[in-house]
Amino acid sequence: MSDRVRTALGPLELPSPVLTAAGCGGTGRELAPFFDLGRLGAFTTTSVTAQPRAGRPTPRVAETPSGLLTAMGMPGPGIETFLERDLPWLVEQDVRTIVSLAGHSVEEFAELAHRLRGVPGVAAVEVNVACPNVADRGRMFARHPAAAAAAIRAVRDGTRPGTPVLAKLAPDATDIVTIALACVDAGADGLTLINTMEGMAIDTGTLRPALTGVSGGLSGPALRPVAVRCVYQVHAALPHTPIIGTGGVATGLDALELILAGASAVAVGTALFHDPLAVPRVLRELEEALAARRIERLADAVGLAHRPAGFVPPQVRPHEPEKERTP
Amino acid sequence: MSDTPVQTSATVLTVRQVQDYHAMTLVAPAIAERFRPGQFVAAAVGGAHTARLVRRCFGVHEVKSDYGGTVEVVFADTEPGTGWLAGLRSRDQLDLVGPLGRPFRLPRDPVGCVLTGGGPGAASLFALADTLLRRGCKVHFVLAGPSARQVFGSRMAQRVGDTAAIVTEDGSVGEEGTLDDVLPRVLQETGADVVYGCGPTDLLRTITQIAGELGLPSQVSVEEFLQRTGACGTGLCMTCMLPVHGEDGVTRMVRACADGPVLRGDRVRWSDLGTIPFDALGAPRVLSVTEGGSR
Repeated sequence: MSDRVRTALGPLELPSPVLTAAGCGGTGRELAPFFDLGRLGAFTTTSVTAQPRAGRPTPRVAETPSGLLTAMGMPGPGIETFLERDLPWLVEQDVRTIVSLAGHSVEEFAELAHRLRGVPGVAAVEVNVACPNVADRGRMFARHPAAAAAAIRAVRDGTRPGTPVLAKLAPDATDIVTIALACVDAGADGLTLINTMEGMAIDTGTLRPALTGVSGGLSGPALRPVAVRCVYQVHAALPHTPIIGTGGVATGLDALELILAGASAVAVGTALFHDPLAVPRVLRELEEALAARRIERLADAVGLAHRPAGFVPPQVRPHEPEKERTP
Repeated sequence: MSDTPVQTSATVLTVRQVQDYHAMTLVAPAIAERFRPGQFVAAAVGGAHTARLVRRCFGVHEVKSDYGGTVEVVFADTEPGTGWLAGLRSRDQLDLVGPLGRPFRLPRDPVGCVLTGGGPGAASLFALADTLLRRGCKVHFVLAGPSARQVFGSRMAQRVGDTAAIVTEDGSVGEEGTLDDVLPRVLQETGADVVYGCGPTDLLRTITQIAGELGLPSQVSVEEFLQRTGACGTGLCMTCMLPVHGEDGVTRMVRACADGPVLRGDRVRWSDLGTIPFDALGAPRVLSVTEGGSR
């Protein structure tokens, strides 16, 4: 990995800006046969809950144009097993790990943060205030600034001061900038934008909803323009808050698009299901794309799209046609 | 490490129609050399610019050493993704990940084995038969289906198996009847020690039940369930979950792809497939104050 792609999320320095998105990298063991996990900027865990959760019955996934609709019900082994079995393995592999936390109440978020406090190998904590998959959707934190802020505050208070706390937000809120401001006011050191967006598919064979959860979260390239919009708007309002851009990243140019909108790092999610080698490929393509634009440091590209019209950007050299791959 | 899966661009050698199914042979040496019977491959459909993100999982019919190593899969054209696959021609490229999943466990001694299957899934039994025969096992096939066009490999089974029984509901090939009529008889006549199965979920359930009544172990591949519910094949997406009870008596939701596709038949809670049994680890707690809709 060249210095060109080094990045930072506040105090957390990363040798690569390409991460895995929460819930898409398994425990890490599933990806390890395909590439060296050390090449990851960071590995984001599946959201950890206080108790083991079996999640929803199948079918949990439906294929939609350039996307997936999933209603998982936040399955996971619970924090006890996670701390005994999954996190130590990641530490052993020397993988920078961002632990995603999901709670069903502010108290549960506080408890999770408390359990995680001081545990070695936690590079950052991501607060999943957004996942629209949980059974009790009526209390989704991410749709209310006050509720989102309360969850962030609970985790921030329970986490060691040196460990960054990131808020992962959903795009289908009335105004994502308001939610982002509330989270940063509550102590979030960074933001992960965006989680899935609620959607629905109906099976025209059975004449019933395609998912047992009825509605589900839309992810994949279909979501990318929404992610770019959210990152752009939030970066405009909070230019000094580091953002992990995520939502439909499948190529290096997709990653660059989010970086130009204001992200300091990107997370690959659904693309991993389609292509287990997506992370090293996106990193390679991003390095090539930066080099072709003569951008020496990734930091110089962050938020570049906010420059006013009339600014002449470095042009792509015409003799090097870029390989583009857009699933 | 030779037992780890690889991602490779495989070259299509042939695609042919076999009864109601398509048999596709691909040049994929890295997968062929790692493959063990019962494992599967996951294909990306739609080409480089595809809008279909779900990988399609198929059991492997056979691997050969031609062209450095070939892999053959058999599938039904049931949806646009498999339709695209069926339309591939010789020399086309296909993005393939494999071999994936846990293989069939093989007996240590040369014992009698009954291999039971139906639908395109029956194809996976032939790679298994090959390995069992080389170990000196007796191989007895029982193939079942609604009619002749849905029984894959009946002639091949007669050729390679020590015995082969075919049963169809309409009697268009073999005996007229269902698996219930034939399997108990074959198990008794052959004195088999183990039953292997691959095919539709209902068939696997029947196999497990009949084997259980005779006190025989059964190993079944839930490939069809995986095809219906999975999205990645690599164990990442957590969508192909089915309830399996463990040694400790606790029911857990396990992945058909990474924890299977071969499972001990008697461990699968067949009647609870597509549900989260109330006693499964992590099942929703009914009317719980913390998780229910009380607020």
